[in-house]
Amino acid sequence: MDGVSPVLRSFSEQLTAETFIDDGVETVTSVEQVSRRLAKLASVANKADESHYQYLKKGLRHLSDAYECLDASRPWLCFWILHSLELLEEPVPATVASDVCQFLARCQSPTGGFAGGPGQYAHLAPTYAAVNALCIIGTEEAYSVIDREKLLDFLWSLKQPDGSFMMHVGGEVDVRSAYCAASVASLTNILTPKLFEDTTNWILRCQNWEGGLSGVPGLEAHGGYTFCGTAALVILGNEHMLDLKALLRWVVSRQMRFEGGFQGRCNKLVDGCYSFWQAGVLPLLHRALFKEGESELSRHQWMFEQKALQEYILLCCQNPTGGLLDKPGKSRDFYHTCYCLSGLAIAQHFGNLDHHQEIILGKEENRLAPTHPVYNICPEKVAGALEHFLKLPVPDDSRHVGGFTGIKPPAAAPSHEPQS
Amino acid sequence: MHRKTTPEVVSTSCAELEAGIQPRKLAMSGVEKTSNESPEVEDKNKEMDAEAEESFGDDYGVEPSQYLFYRYDRKEWADLEPVPQDEGPNPVVKIAYSKKFSDVYDYFRALLKKDERSERAFALTADAIDLNAANYTVWHYRRILLQALSKDLRKEMTYITNIIEEQPKNYQVWHHRRMVVEWLNDPTEELAFIAEILSQDAKNYHAWQHRQWVIQEYKLWDNELEFVESLLEDDVRNNSAWNQRHFVISHTTGYSDPAVVEREIQYCLQQIRKAPHNESAWNYLKGILQDHGLSSQPGLLEKVLELKETHCSPYLLAFLFDCYEDALENSKNTEEQERQETLSKALEICELLAQEKDTIRKEYWQFLGRSLQMTGSIPDSLTNRHY
Repeated sequence: MDGVSPVLRSFSEQLTAETFIDDGVETVTSVEQVSRRLAKLASVANKADESHYQYLKKGLRHLSDAYECLDASRPWLCFWILHSLELLEEPVPATVASDVCQFLARCQSPTGGFAGGPGQYAHLAPTYAAVNALCIIGTEEAYSVIDREKLLDFLWSLKQPDGSFMMHVGGEVDVRSAYCAASVASLTNILTPKLFEDTTNWILRCQNWEGGLSGVPGLEAHGGYTFCGTAALVILGNEHMLDLKALLRWVVSRQMRFEGGFQGRCNKLVDGCYSFWQAGVLPLLHRALFKEGESELSRHQWMFEQKALQEYILLCCQNPTGGLLDKPGKSRDFYHTCYCLSGLAIAQHFGNLDHHQEIILGKEENRLAPTHPVYNICPEKVAGALEHFLKLPVPDDSRHVGGFTGIKPPAAAPSHEPQS
Repeated sequence: MHRKTTPEVVSTSCAELEAGIQPRKLAMSGVEKTSNESPEVEDKNKEMDAEAEESFGDDYGVEPSQYLFYRYDRKEWADLEPVPQDEGPNPVVKIAYSKKFSDVYDYFRALLKKDERSERAFALTADAIDLNAANYTVWHYRRILLQALSKDLRKEMTYITNIIEEQPKNYQVWHHRRMVVEWLNDPTEELAFIAEILSQDAKNYHAWQHRQWVIQEYKLWDNELEFVESLLEDDVRNNSAWNQRHFVISHTTGYSDPAVVEREIQYCLQQIRKAPHNESAWNYLKGILQDHGLSSQPGLLEKVLELKETHCSPYLLAFLFDCYEDALENSKNTEEQERQETLSKALEICELLAQEKDTIRKEYWQFLGRSLQMTGSIPDSLTNRHY
């Protein structure tokens, strides 16, 4: 336990040795990287508790017209805010919780799944967010909002012959959809063997030469997609089928030696949100390796520099008036508030229910609640949802099996095999 | 110049935005700008505002009253009753929509309810998109109208070209373009268009995704390696370009041909000599060799050991470690003495990286060292190359 931190890594002399070396060869990449001499927003690693709470409390009710661009993502706003509040261990009044339930009920599509707002078409991303938000609330009212039968129909309507899922009817395919589908299906107990047939193989095709995962096969490895693909495979029980060694090397290499935070892709900039997408992969890998019989895993820490990440978040990613952000100079928003806090929780908590070790940088009040690295809601909420939904029968989907509800997908995956 | 919506400042998008995981970010200048920021942050905020100010050129001086409300000013819409959003009595995450936004979307909802397939509906979708280009429901409806009204898809290409130029980090706009290209079955504008977008941001994930789709779908491989090389000349650290290199080669000649592998190794080493601390080049080198085994390339280890003297980096050391580890794993019939030497060299590098050269990854290097020590090679739990 650190208690009052004597010397922070960010202020140590050794850190200057870790600044970006451009070898005298200036390119767009190096200029961007070097110009970010990382101003700190704070000199003391303290979480600005009360101001974050006020920012979140207000946002849960009212948002300015600047949020018009998120008018098709309102369940996300519910999730980002509710999850941030649960990490901060701030209670949500029962009336507010009930209002969220009723709002999300209005976002549910008559044909299943949840949309970005009332009257819009269903989409896997707000579906993921809505189910998570309802599980965070965790009341009978919340659970009962979800129409499980229709939700299963919705997932089937997106399923492609190659194992992938579209994000919405007539929409794009990428690995996020597999994660969103697996997440909601497992939490609400509508996971049937046929639903994810071939999905594992499709996700495995997203692991590339870099070791990380891309959005679709062929693209660059990327933190967000790496998290989605890995977590989806964990849910499906097939994470061992990845090249775990290559994945581990790629993801640990994404922690920035100078900033302490994570970048999303090789040779790009640090960003607070990757504190979750990237660092959150390490608990998944830890468990995967453990299941494979790995004997040399640490029993005290994850395989990334937990304190350095906490420092980055606390010193560089907090807006003193509330909310968290990408990096100094950027504006706060609820997405970064959610994922910076989620990353901070990952960095503070090692282990699971049986064996738990905390590393809290700065004062004890900096401590957040732990988050579940697969679903990114608190572990008790995962347990509560499973307890509720496992009592219910898995809906029958035999009418879907073997056929695909003929929604024309975008152009099919490449018709020929790669040549290597 | 990329557009900003309304007077609000839109901050530089997070990479996540491109992935669509994170919707477009906002700097809510009206709400967020406070005086509690530290001076550095204040300056940055001002910078961003200044940028935004410049791009308002189009909107400044335009009278707000020039906007014609669907509900008040457009007689040709008088037959349609606008449909307000059904948010319920106690809404949450309630957005304070502008009058214009509510006007357009109340009418959009009305059209959707009727499933009206008309020219005026088509025109309205452009307004709705202008207000929120991430509304996938509107895009879906626009595509239905494009087909129902047999709209000129060439004009639609012009339209989507302009929208993407303004908002290149939006999921829906690229997907829409893909649909139109498919319907026209005409990719002839694509490579040049994507190159133009990449000239503004050489790492735009959506742009690369669209490019790979076009190339694969329409078999436009011929000039792509040349394109990749020019991007790498501009910025040898562009990891997206290195990925595209791998994409092109693996789908054309492949990496089984020894001449190709040799050429690629030479290319990598050349780039490494120029910029030794470029992680992309080292990752690519490993990436193309790992399936056949790093130690299977004769002479490579020696070249790397030479480079170590003059062009050392944590990436070189990690690559060396990988060579030793591969030698241990794949040359099981080497005599014990040599194996022990290789093992101790590998462990030495782990220690060097953990303690001095790559301390941010100390936990990781120590784990690798422990694992190696245990088994004499990386354990089976970590390798899946037989899958």
